[in-house]
Amino acid sequence: MGAEHTVKSYDEELKRLNSAIARMGGLAESQIASAIQAMSRRDSELAAAIVRNDEKVDQLEREIDDMAVRLLALRQPMALDLRNIVSALRVASDLERIADYAANVAKRSIALNQVAPVRPVGAIPRMGRVVQEMIKDVLDAFVNRDVQKAIGVWTRDEELDEMHSSLFRELLTYMMEDSRNITPATHVLFIAKNIERMGDHATNIAETIHFLVVGTPLRATRPKHDSSSFAVVQPSSEAKEAQ
Amino acid sequence: MATALKLQPSEATVYHVRNGSDGANFRISEFSLWYGVKQALFDNSLDIQKGLVTALIGPSGCGKSTLLRCMNRMNDLIDGVRVSGRMTLDGQDIYGRGIDVIALRKRMGMVFQKPNPFPMSVYDNVVYPLRVDGVRDRASLDEACERALKGAALWEEVKDRLRENALGMSGGQQQRLCIARAIAADPEVLLMDEPCSALDPIATSKIEELIDGLKGRYTIIVVTHNMQQAARISDNTAFMYLGRLIEYGDTDSIFTNPHLERTQDYVTGRFG
Repeated sequence: MGAEHTVKSYDEELKRLNSAIARMGGLAESQIASAIQAMSRRDSELAAAIVRNDEKVDQLEREIDDMAVRLLALRQPMALDLRNIVSALRVASDLERIADYAANVAKRSIALNQVAPVRPVGAIPRMGRVVQEMIKDVLDAFVNRDVQKAIGVWTRDEELDEMHSSLFRELLTYMMEDSRNITPATHVLFIAKNIERMGDHATNIAETIHFLVVGTPLRATRPKHDSSSFAVVQPSSEAKEAQ
Repeated sequence: MATALKLQPSEATVYHVRNGSDGANFRISEFSLWYGVKQALFDNSLDIQKGLVTALIGPSGCGKSTLLRCMNRMNDLIDGVRVSGRMTLDGQDIYGRGIDVIALRKRMGMVFQKPNPFPMSVYDNVVYPLRVDGVRDRASLDEACERALKGAALWEEVKDRLRENALGMSGGQQQRLCIARAIAADPEVLLMDEPCSALDPIATSKIEELIDGLKGRYTIIVVTHNMQQAARISDNTAFMYLGRLIEYGDTDSIFTNPHLERTQDYVTGRFG
């Protein structure tokens, strides 16, 4: 990041801001990992702990906001410094949303534990692995100011979208097969949607990294493969007869 | 402390200037200046866009004031000054043979760091350039005085005390009076050398507001040490260092995403 500022405390404050982002990212990552674990192991206690831990992430976001506002007011930052601070604000709010989704996953897994396991639950850890990797990579890219890595994450979201779409269709089918599946399948559907949204926030962070390093927004259009908004599954003839 | 950057003579200036609708007013090409044997400006080339505000920034001694003073040939008053290259105002060669320097300077108003009203009344200060020009008609002088004071956003404050001595005004008012005097004779260009550095923040805001209001009618060139001010008021910014123009471009890019590392280090407070 070039030479140091003439005013040394400015450098220290920027360093503190960036390390708070790194800490917040680490916390969000571990919240996701635990949420996926709580769901696949049907561990309600762990899930409850995740919900409680969300407050820590929110607290860090408030700290980052305070630091950034203080820096803006006192240092009147320019150029790279300005982009660094604006990016910290954006990344913090994306991480806060990501951690919120992790807490939502945990909450729904508690509800899922009240009913018998539903078949496609196995797809959730697969989606979880993809999103965890995306978030890990995008945080590394933020720390190392690595645009190429950020763009890699940005394009990988496609995979997550596709997984979400196919799970969506699968769950619709289960629900039509047996209406007793509706409760668990709906929860699984929301969990999948939450994970898919985490991926979207990871791509936001990737875009922020591009702005931070290059100074211009990422202008290309991202390939989108989440077709679940348009998915329709027609009841089969047997299902109709059963009615 | 950041180490001072060394310049390679071959380093090319980077340009990404915002163009005004009326094209360039000043065209400066390969302009150099020497104070005796010491060279202060090195082959500077830039076009100043008509009707826009251009800020010249850079650390002390970078040549920004020298360049500004070349535009109305104020450097002629210093012994041993020698220039080379070309500088034209609307196509007219400023350093051409047989040019009438007085007539040239009339086309440009100049405002300095410290307000410098003459020890006379507010009215006499404002109409001074017209009187020098030989205008004696009372009605035209009155009208020019009111127009200039309104242009400098000072009219409401001083309309009832036009006969009072200008030195009794506050610093901010004195500076706006100097701007009124500079625009009274209807120049095309306003040259401002650190116009706010001796003023308090409120007076500074008034001058900045004024510069914004004068934009379009005049081509304004401001030398400033205050980078936030340059960022706020100007359309284009020229960054100079060690007598060379380093980067000249639209102000937004200079302060949010400069093209050169050196500009970035300066605007972010890493050297200078």
